[in-house]
Amino acid sequence: MNNQIRRLFFVFAFLFVALIGMSSYWLWRAPDLEARQGNPNQVVRQLTIDRGKIFTADGVVLATNRKREVQGQTWYLRRYPQRGLAAHPVGYSTVERSRTGLEESLNDYLTGSNADLSTLVDRAADALRGITRRGNDVYTSLDTRAQRVAMQQLGGKCGAVVALEPSTGRVLVLASTPTYDPNLVERNFRRVTRATGPCEPSSPLLNRATQGLPAPVFIPGSTFKVVTAAAALDSGKFTPASTFDDPGYCIEYDKRVYNYADQSGPESFGRVDFTTAVEHSINSVFCELGKQLGALTVLDYAKKFGFYEKPPLETPADERTPSGLWNGSRLFDPKDANQVDPGRLAFGQERLLVTPLQMAMVAGTIANGGVLMEPHVVERIVSQSGDVVQRTRPDEIRRVVNESTAAALTPMMVRVVESGTGTAAQIAGIQVAGKTGTAETGRAGQNDTGFIAFAPADDPQVAIAVYLQNQSGTGGATAAPIAKAVLEALLRRNT
Amino acid sequence: MTLRNRELLNLFAVGALTAIGFAAVYLASQDVPEFDTTSLTYAAFFLALFVAAHVVLRITLPLADPYLLPIGGLLTAIGLTMIYRIKPDLAFRQGVWVVIGVAFFALTCLFLRDYRVLDRYKYVCGLGAIGLLCLPALPVFGQEINGARLWVHVAGISFQPGEFAKVLLVVFLAGYLRDNREMLSMGHGRLGLPSAKHFGPLLLIWGGAMLVLFQTNDLGGGLLLFSIFLAMLYVATGRWPYVAVGFTLFAAGAYALYHVVPRVEERVAIWLHPWSDPEDAGFQLVQSIYSIAAGGIFGTGLGEGVLVRPDGGTYIPFLETDFIYSAIAQELGLAGAAALILLYLVFVYRGLRIAMSADDGFSKLLAAGLTATIAIQAFIIVGGVSGLIPLTGITLPFVSYGGSSIVANFLLLALLLMVSNHVNEAADRE
Repeated sequence: MNNQIRRLFFVFAFLFVALIGMSSYWLWRAPDLEARQGNPNQVVRQLTIDRGKIFTADGVVLATNRKREVQGQTWYLRRYPQRGLAAHPVGYSTVERSRTGLEESLNDYLTGSNADLSTLVDRAADALRGITRRGNDVYTSLDTRAQRVAMQQLGGKCGAVVALEPSTGRVLVLASTPTYDPNLVERNFRRVTRATGPCEPSSPLLNRATQGLPAPVFIPGSTFKVVTAAAALDSGKFTPASTFDDPGYCIEYDKRVYNYADQSGPESFGRVDFTTAVEHSINSVFCELGKQLGALTVLDYAKKFGFYEKPPLETPADERTPSGLWNGSRLFDPKDANQVDPGRLAFGQERLLVTPLQMAMVAGTIANGGVLMEPHVVERIVSQSGDVVQRTRPDEIRRVVNESTAAALTPMMVRVVESGTGTAAQIAGIQVAGKTGTAETGRAGQNDTGFIAFAPADDPQVAIAVYLQNQSGTGGATAAPIAKAVLEALLRRNT
Repeated sequence: MTLRNRELLNLFAVGALTAIGFAAVYLASQDVPEFDTTSLTYAAFFLALFVAAHVVLRITLPLADPYLLPIGGLLTAIGLTMIYRIKPDLAFRQGVWVVIGVAFFALTCLFLRDYRVLDRYKYVCGLGAIGLLCLPALPVFGQEINGARLWVHVAGISFQPGEFAKVLLVVFLAGYLRDNREMLSMGHGRLGLPSAKHFGPLLLIWGGAMLVLFQTNDLGGGLLLFSIFLAMLYVATGRWPYVAVGFTLFAAGAYALYHVVPRVEERVAIWLHPWSDPEDAGFQLVQSIYSIAAGGIFGTGLGEGVLVRPDGGTYIPFLETDFIYSAIAQELGLAGAAALILLYLVFVYRGLRIAMSADDGFSKLLAAGLTATIAIQAFIIVGGVSGLIPLTGITLPFVSYGGSSIVANFLLLALLLMVSNHVNEAADRE
């Protein structure tokens, strides 16, 4: 029997080696496994790090830690003292559900994992001495008061406000409603998801300012006329004084496309100049412009403004969505002009869907003399010892239109607020340049409304985009007053 | 050096390792590391317990193998250390079970002077094994835990009769196969299969294993018992077709059950696709794999891994019993896990060496069977929690939390050492 026993030993030896092999295999797969949601190891290890805080530009704490002793370890659990104030850009960091927002995209900085050689050596020494690893603090460019005004103004509506500094791209307000309390995500996620807004999609977790599900939720409507007008002026074929005939409709494919009621004037203006067409948002004129310029030209300008690309920002890439024509859940980039209705495109209908961030970039470009600046919401990252690890510097993306085009378009947009569709955005003593939008969604009484603007018109400090879902009023009546309130909060902050 | 002195030296090494392990866990659990002699006291008590077992061996089995008791002790110490780290409350209870296990070990050595008398009671053992296996199915005593009926609850104490049944089964098979090995070895036809008459008992035991499997819903236990049987059958007859036919039959039976018992179907499905349902059905296995992968080569260190939630529960359910290997792999790393497996391999090597040096068939088969039990059980559970084979819940011998398992394995160890002592005595006489 000894031969059998010997062979039995070899069988067991083989099986045991297979066991070691299997465990080794998982070790080899470890980098992939560690990143998976539901793996407590990585998340808990991060909990032992004194994670960096997140601040607004004026030093209000948006995210901090609460110390807790757990089985001899100190855990740093995340707290969000301002609750839903800036929940979308900041996001959350939890044990059970991973991370979103800046908490996710800046995780390496916040945990101090942004290693160069000297910090690696320091950290190894700290680990040996049992010193807690501390992350870096993040200062955003968000203005607390204006952000609060924006959230209050959006109230129970579904909408978003983005305000930025045109000359630098600093994002001052990034508000989205419905919002949620990030403190509840860990313990009571169902309460977060149960809260809904009067719109579809209604999830409070969706950052409407930059994100879609999968397509952006807002139709730009007439606010897109700023892009069309910029294209028309920049082509050199049109000036603010160019004249058009407005019969109250425009003929496309042998059918009449009627003007919209938000033009605040007679149904048909007759002979008008370009400035008046912008002032009263006359669809027939823009429909004609679209046909003359061609859909592809208008889209080319839109792309220069940043359409068809994820708007740049420090938040995670999957929380940013490109604006453009969308075929259902797919971004549609036509190669042939016949695939697009140029008239409807010109006044912001067709299949156009936009993020408020993108439209703030459009307003900011005109305000900045035609040059698009890269938007950023992170101002600087500071280590615990007070050294600035990283500071964001203004970065030019590209010149979108000539300076003369921007200079010509600005007075036209000023007229919108002075005597056109956007009078609700007037601020005493400050000239505001803006453009309203009221987009039909196909459902009666449920329009997407919007307003983009910048101010002061002669020396722009702030560019803003306000968008709302499911409104019965016009953009001038619903979105413009919100823009006014936020602009006032921002322009009066230094006085 | 005499065998017993060598054993004592080995035990001192085990004692030192135990002290280090306990102290490491104790220190890791403190906010401000502060030295305390409590953990050293426990380690000293643990060492004293095994030195007592050693003294019993000096008296009763002076020529027994000097490595098996220290290996059993080291495995027990690793288990205690991990249980102390995972659920400190359970460590004391496990300690009590180890004391009881060592007491049974000593009593067996002292009172069962010649293990060969067991040969005479082989059928009693066989019937006893069947009886024990059927106990949990009885409605009065039986208890279902984690979907399987493995437990018996009598007078406030729960125990798993299957753990003891495996030892009795080995005794029965050692006697039965020794008597019948000539006839079973005589084959007919090309594959050398025996006639139907001799095939009968094999089929009977297969049927029994299937019945147990079906009744208790316990795939792990059924697989363990049947694999022990096949290993011993192979040692007795040297006919691999038996093994092949046996596994085919087991697979066929399991396949039939696969369609009848949803639990079996689920287990196989999880094994094939652990990530198809990581939150629910595949949760245990996926979490176990995360734990193994997180350990790296040298592990996080005792008490430093991610095992216990703030509320005191564990991230992996049944961590201190079925999944204790996953905890060891995380905190001691691949190096520690491989060392643990190699420890079993050394145990198996020493055990099979005893079987090879034995001069009578009963002793050979008994030693081989007892050793195979430990080997197969370790393989099934470690393979299960690491995804090598479908996951079935059985204990890791000497390491997992559980009184029945500890006591049964110390009984097994006592029998193995008795065979060893007998073998070496015979060799000395010549």
